[in-house]
Amino acid sequence: MKSARAAGTPILRPGGSRLLNTLRANLLHWKRHPFSALIRLACFLSTCITVFALLDVVADILIKGLPNLKPSLFSLTYTTDNQSLLPSLINTFIITALSLIVAVPLGVGGAIYLSEYAKRNSLLVRAVRLTAETLAGIPSIIYGLFGMMFFVISLNMGLSILAGALTLSLMVLPVILRTTEEALLSVPDGYREGSYSLGAGKLRTVWRIVLPPASPGILAGVVLSIGRIVGETAALLFTAGTLARLPSSLLSSGRTLSVHMYVLAGEGLHIGEAYATAAVLLVFVMLMNGLSGLISRRIIKE
Amino acid sequence: MRLKERVMRWVFAASASVCIAAVVLICVFLFANGIPFFKKYDLFAFLSGTTWSPDIYDTGKGVYGILPMIVGSIYVTAGALLIGGPIGILAGVYMARFAPKNLLKVLQPMMALMAGIPSVVYGFFGITNLVPMVREVFGGTGFSILTACLLLGIMILPTILQLTYSAVKAVPEYYFEGSLALGATEERSVFRAVMPAAKSGILAAVVLGIGRAIGETMAVVMVAGNQARMPKGLLKGVRTLTSNIVTEMGYAADMHREALIATGVVLFVFILLINLLFSILKRKGETA
Amino acid sequence: MSKIEIKNLDLYYDDLQALKNVNMSIAANRITAFIGPSGCGKSTLIKTLNRMNDLIPGCHITGSVTLDGEDIYGKDLDVNLLRKRVGMVFQKPNPFPMTIYDNIAYGPRTHGVHRKAMLDEIVEKSLQDAAIWGELKDRLLKSALGLSGGQQQRLCIARALAVQPEVLLMDEPTSALDPISTAKIEELALQLKEHYTLVMVTHNMQQALRVSDTTAFFLLGEVVEYSDTEKLFSMPVDKRTEDYITGRFG
Repeated sequence: MKSARAAGTPILRPGGSRLLNTLRANLLHWKRHPFSALIRLACFLSTCITVFALLDVVADILIKGLPNLKPSLFSLTYTTDNQSLLPSLINTFIITALSLIVAVPLGVGGAIYLSEYAKRNSLLVRAVRLTAETLAGIPSIIYGLFGMMFFVISLNMGLSILAGALTLSLMVLPVILRTTEEALLSVPDGYREGSYSLGAGKLRTVWRIVLPPASPGILAGVVLSIGRIVGETAALLFTAGTLARLPSSLLSSGRTLSVHMYVLAGEGLHIGEAYATAAVLLVFVMLMNGLSGLISRRIIKE
Repeated sequence: MRLKERVMRWVFAASASVCIAAVVLICVFLFANGIPFFKKYDLFAFLSGTTWSPDIYDTGKGVYGILPMIVGSIYVTAGALLIGGPIGILAGVYMARFAPKNLLKVLQPMMALMAGIPSVVYGFFGITNLVPMVREVFGGTGFSILTACLLLGIMILPTILQLTYSAVKAVPEYYFEGSLALGATEERSVFRAVMPAAKSGILAAVVLGIGRAIGETMAVVMVAGNQARMPKGLLKGVRTLTSNIVTEMGYAADMHREALIATGVVLFVFILLINLLFSILKRKGETA
Repeated sequence: MSKIEIKNLDLYYDDLQALKNVNMSIAANRITAFIGPSGCGKSTLIKTLNRMNDLIPGCHITGSVTLDGEDIYGKDLDVNLLRKRVGMVFQKPNPFPMTIYDNIAYGPRTHGVHRKAMLDEIVEKSLQDAAIWGELKDRLLKSALGLSGGQQQRLCIARALAVQPEVLLMDEPTSALDPISTAKIEELALQLKEHYTLVMVTHNMQQALRVSDTTAFFLLGEVVEYSDTEKLFSMPVDKRTEDYITGRFG
């Protein structure tokens, strides 16, 4: 006999309908303890409100956005007539790729140092932890200001895709560092000991033995970072600029989809196109979320 | 081979140090570009001035008081917290303690998605839904403190909820069982025995929510109206520190531009203080 | 007279049967010990007596358990009131992360006592009954987490006594403690049986022999033998009991 009883609900002996019996027992319990019932109701309602808010946003954007997707939104050149999002979309891919090219090696390398080489609680480790935490808490507008002053002006990159990508790579660095470190720490020590006992060096052990089982965790962190990059606006306005064209080089300005979305929404003239763009952004974020969820579920299974 | 090992060790150490370098660089550049402004303009007048009238036409008569923006940021953050805090905490507790397993499997990815939706999309939702709603229900233009609070409240919900969830989940089960064994109801056990043990974790969640709200830029710019004057009421427009930078940086020059960077410095100091508070609370939660 | 009456009790975790046809009557003002190898069902049975097994999904029972003749799995029973009447002390000391005073006052407050004078009195009385008042009276407002393991366990006993239970269940109460603390808890148990009915799960046969009046030996979810402690240890009826107490398995 399989029981469908969840934890915390009263155990009742068989006889009569289980559902009715449980319901009756709960009602009785709440009648006896009305304040407890009220508290539980408040918790439940709060969850409902949260879910409702999310569904409201998602449904509104998708329902009004998807029907507005039309071929002209995907033409290679942007004009004020077609409001094409394709150039921005391509810019988004370029900036995402560039940011990751910089941030992933740094983040993964740094995490390898923290988990495999450094002594626990050495000065360097504590400094890295503290600064990574600080970086994670800095709002994107500050990254934007910094990127503008450092990459755009001091390093003379101008408003460019390169400056934008470098700014964003700093922004996602702590995400990759942390998720990678967690992934590395979850690799059992036995693996390392086994490799050392066969005479392998540290580097070989890290590369061949520790990194492979940690790679899904690292990947989940990378996917999370992609989501952050794609959704970013404030850090890009003054670093990559708002030019709605395909870039001719890394040093030319270009807007990403989120920046495009911001400009469109601000003009208030092309609501249909703005909805469609928002829908594309949202679908992309949902895909990334699904992917990252899939990867972490695979980790748990193993 | 030995050489390679040694070189790679240094490469890894250098990658780890990039975080340190980044924070140092950000601090240096912000302060170095912000401080010169205070040589020309009184710090006190900057922080406590209620008029923001930048010198756009180069007349040499700019007035830069950011008190309206400081107050605006505080109002908007407080409002967002008032909405997102209790709901986020209660929903986090529900998910950690009361939700059936099957429901939890649906709720968790939903909250991850909610945290991942870009600010511009939230901002756009604000313009198309919340602004008209506030306009119809309460009057005014709809671009108001209230709208910004509502939108930010929704945006910080997943942050507060997820951190509360982990804090409550991290409390050992025996507190709950101990309380039940004394005859307390499940609800009482959660709120009187489990929550006190998760106190610093939940506080950390709230502090992180504050950090998110005060640092949020795009969504606020899109719905708050951005008038650079002292906030006059819930239904009137407001400008925050973040939106002050975004709305004017595009065309600012010289003194005006420096004043905007100095605004960034003030925001940065706020954020550093909040981060400090967060990490203290988090450590306390881990050791307790 | 018997305080608790268990009749034809079967308990399942989903499809797995953890208790098989348990029949037992537990006498008032006595200490009853449950012994047996781990996984034999002794802890499961003790949790059945205050329905802490409600927390385990998939757990269900047939048969009956009565307390003073009242069916504790009956439809109209208030499980919170049951747990007030049947207190429990856990394997690992589990004081709440609050002051010593608040730990003791937690139970009474739960059941509606809020007057300060009344609470003060209950706190003192409970700590005295748990023989720890002398040690703690000067630090009532300090955190309970600062106490030693043995003190924490006696605090938990005091906390259980503060709601004036009739039965006190102890689930291996000394397994996490040193010998001196263990001796103190055993001594306390002997004092407490004057006013309470005690049921104790123990993995330590010597402890059962030292403290209990009646002992039940469990094996694979069945009660193999249930009789006077002295009789069970000196002249076991069942061969399996004899094997266990002489150390031939488990």
